[in-house]
Amino acid sequence: MAAPTRKAAIVGGNRTPFARANSVYARASNQDMLTAAIDGLVARFGLQDQQVGEVAAGAVLKHSRDFNLTREAVLGSRLSAATPAYDVQQACGTGLEAAVLVANKIALGQVESGIAGGVDTASDAPVAVNEDLRRVLMELNRAKTVQQRIKALSGLRPGHLSPSVPSTSEPRTGLSMGEHAAITAAQWEIGRTEQDELALRSHQALAAAYERGFFDDLVTPYLGLARDNNLRPDTSMEKLAKLKPVFGTGADATMTAGNSTPLTDGASAVLLASDEWAAERGLPVLAHLVDAQTAAVDHVHGGEGLLMAPVHAVPVLLARNGLTLQDFDFYEVHEAFASTVLATLKAWEDDAYCKDTLGLDGALGAIDRSKLNVAGSSLAAGHPFAATGGRIVATLAKLLAEAGPGKRGLISICAAGGQGVVAVLES
Amino acid sequence: MSDWYRDFANSGFGATITKQLGLPRPVELRRYEPGQPLLPGPAVVGSAGQGRLRQQLTALLIDAGVTVSSPEADGERLAAVLLDATGLTGPADLAAAHALLAPAVKRLAPSGRVLVLADPPADADSPAQAAARQALEGLVRSLAKELRAGATANLVLVPAGAEDGLAGPVRFFLSGRAAYVDGQVLTLTPATVPAGQDEDRPLAGRTAVVTGAARGIGAAIARVLSRDGAHVVLVDVPAAGESLAAVANEVGGTAVAMDITAPDAGPRLARQLVARHGGADVVVHNAGITRDKLLVNMDADRWNAVLAVNLQAQLDLTQALLDTAGALKAGARVVSVSSQSGIAGNRGQTNYAASKAGIIGMVRAWAPAFAERGATVNAVAPGFIVTEMTAGMPLGTREIGARLNSLQQGGLPVDVAETIAWLAQPASAGVNGQVVRVCGQSLVGA
Ligand SMILES: NC(=O)c1ccc[n+]([C@@H]2O[C@H](COP(=O)([O-])OP(=O)(O)OC[C@H]3O[C@@H](n4cnc5c(N)ncnc54)[C@H](O)[C@@H]3O)[C@@H](O)[C@H]2O)c1
Repeated sequence: MAAPTRKAAIVGGNRTPFARANSVYARASNQDMLTAAIDGLVARFGLQDQQVGEVAAGAVLKHSRDFNLTREAVLGSRLSAATPAYDVQQACGTGLEAAVLVANKIALGQVESGIAGGVDTASDAPVAVNEDLRRVLMELNRAKTVQQRIKALSGLRPGHLSPSVPSTSEPRTGLSMGEHAAITAAQWEIGRTEQDELALRSHQALAAAYERGFFDDLVTPYLGLARDNNLRPDTSMEKLAKLKPVFGTGADATMTAGNSTPLTDGASAVLLASDEWAAERGLPVLAHLVDAQTAAVDHVHGGEGLLMAPVHAVPVLLARNGLTLQDFDFYEVHEAFASTVLATLKAWEDDAYCKDTLGLDGALGAIDRSKLNVAGSSLAAGHPFAATGGRIVATLAKLLAEAGPGKRGLISICAAGGQGVVAVLES
Repeated sequence: MSDWYRDFANSGFGATITKQLGLPRPVELRRYEPGQPLLPGPAVVGSAGQGRLRQQLTALLIDAGVTVSSPEADGERLAAVLLDATGLTGPADLAAAHALLAPAVKRLAPSGRVLVLADPPADADSPAQAAARQALEGLVRSLAKELRAGATANLVLVPAGAEDGLAGPVRFFLSGRAAYVDGQVLTLTPATVPAGQDEDRPLAGRTAVVTGAARGIGAAIARVLSRDGAHVVLVDVPAAGESLAAVANEVGGTAVAMDITAPDAGPRLARQLVARHGGADVVVHNAGITRDKLLVNMDADRWNAVLAVNLQAQLDLTQALLDTAGALKAGARVVSVSSQSGIAGNRGQTNYAASKAGIIGMVRAWAPAFAERGATVNAVAPGFIVTEMTAGMPLGTREIGARLNSLQQGGLPVDVAETIAWLAQPASAGVNGQVVRVCGQSLVGA
């Protein structure tokens, strides 16, 4: 018999300010940043020496030595060393997926509390020896005699010394994420101006949220940085319009550094718990994680755009919860690229697409744009891949709590490999 | 922070030089550590006239494990001399004070204590009695300047009916907690004092709020309150959040990143205290800023910023806590950090001194209302305290600033923190509306 389930509460969150790659956090490792995010959470909620049920977190760009990244971060944090931890990796969906995993264990009563998080550094990314050199070195390692060693080393060539740097290219298409997004943008006829407008709004909304102190209990300064340093409060349509396109070709070259997220370093953590656990400690319940859904699309064989999986996941989630796309007070659609958000919304509004591709009766319809990413999103804050989910969950939970009981929010996050993670939160 | 001059003056070569030149020879002060005996040696208790406190004082010392020696038994070095002067009727009785103190002070050990207890002059029956009581102030303040090797002299005024509240203050002044409190006059008020407290963890089970806790004196306050058993709620501006979280994690406390001048700061703090901590037992208003300029050159921004953080925010925060049911527990202790500048004034600090003097007016005005709740509100006025801020001063200014007091050295943040932690104790119920200077008996504004 299945155990009765309950909805996991989101108690609060903490993140480092996000920093553009090779800036303030250039020398910080994933473990340093994840530890800082957890420690900030511990300080905020007085969790020193306490054991939470589990900590689930991960990184997209990860050193092989970090095979136990999250557990090591926990051991370096002020949490009790008896707190179990494991790593999660689902590309840019990592942070939200980690929150879903912890929430599900809480729902099943397997744990009473947990921390979900994510971290990424593009500045301290793992650099591997190239594949040919790796083979030579492995051969050398297996060699037993001097002769065998000499033989193995004789296989070395100068070209072997160039390192293999990780890229955000899709392994199966060789295209960068931006190039994939540009294809989708062209397909959905997403114009330059609307992308720049979305980027501008993101910067303005994030700046306004900082100004009103919204992030005072969501962000803890790190290495002297107090706010996301990608944020340009004074950017304008004119400034954005001046930027040269970096993705797409010809008339379709609409994507610029201004309406695409930059490589970013940072970490986030979210505290989830049962209502009882929170109440025992006098801790707030900002919102509950109601349900979540993942989806994947075949971007390899051209069936669907790389970043379109959330478009598929959302209707499944809506149907299961008896909701329409309009039943939300807030929408958090991760701004990997402005064009991704716009293509996502356009697809839901498209009757033919919703029928033919999503197999629905008709379009999901338009959303009220004034409810979209109201405290800014990745275009302004930056996007340290695995940390974005935690940023969004905590931000939305706080928005819902501010709005009062009975409010509902939708999260939609696209991820590499043609995947998407979406969730519903309710206050 | 190391005191290079003190270390130098105590080195073999430095000692010779400083002695020959007649330079100050500061010593390392006896400071409190948990588990330490109240006094490191025996104490003498004497009286001038027929006092009413001598027996109580003797019992208190014995209870604290102190050997009470007789004034006549010479030879042995004394850790403290206590004089019960509550029996003074006129100036003639002061001769007895002299007779007790002169030989005893000769025997005083380094970091020794002279503590005089008397009635408030204002309560005297006659001008002669008032004169004698007031005379003690001149005696104590002068003696404090004569004492050497880290010894201090202080005066506690005990009105009739305030005797129950005596133990906490007496213990404080004798202990290493009061290392940098010198030449002070403290007036007790009659109050209901809770019976007994765990002297090693007097704040066990209590919740204490400290503003400006991310660094400096505030961080020291958080550490000492936590050491004494309190759960500390640490408040500082969001921009200081990194060190705020680090201090919070060090002391096992809760970090609240908040600008205390924000319009909703008071209600927000009050809500959190009620929901998460069941109310606060202790509130320490420590956050403060300086924006120095001569008055004629001072713009409105500098004036307003200092008054807003240092004074208005304390008023607003306290009022919000008073107005929110359950935010301040019964018997709460509020302590505000004032400054020597607020007492003596300081060139270039009209704004700062105004704010710090304002604090003194505030605590005095609030004291009666707090007393009705069984609570107290007091101010602590630090003198020259060695912090990162003072480390940035030019060497000459810093060295002179640090020496201009009877202990011939700057105080440490922990000295301010110890005084605040003492005021926060249950046993300090009889100390209300007071301004305690932690200044080593500064020559400034004495
Ligand atoms: N250092 C001295 O010698 C000395 C002497 C006399 C009095 N004082 C007083 O002691 C207190 C602490 O001084 P310090 O030397 O540790 O100073 P500090 O500058 O090192 O620390 C003050 C703290 O208060 C915080 N703060 C400032 N404005 C704030 C606001 N609006 N909201 C929340 N937090 C705020 C700061 O961020 C900082 O962490 C101050 O009130 C100061 O006036 C200091």
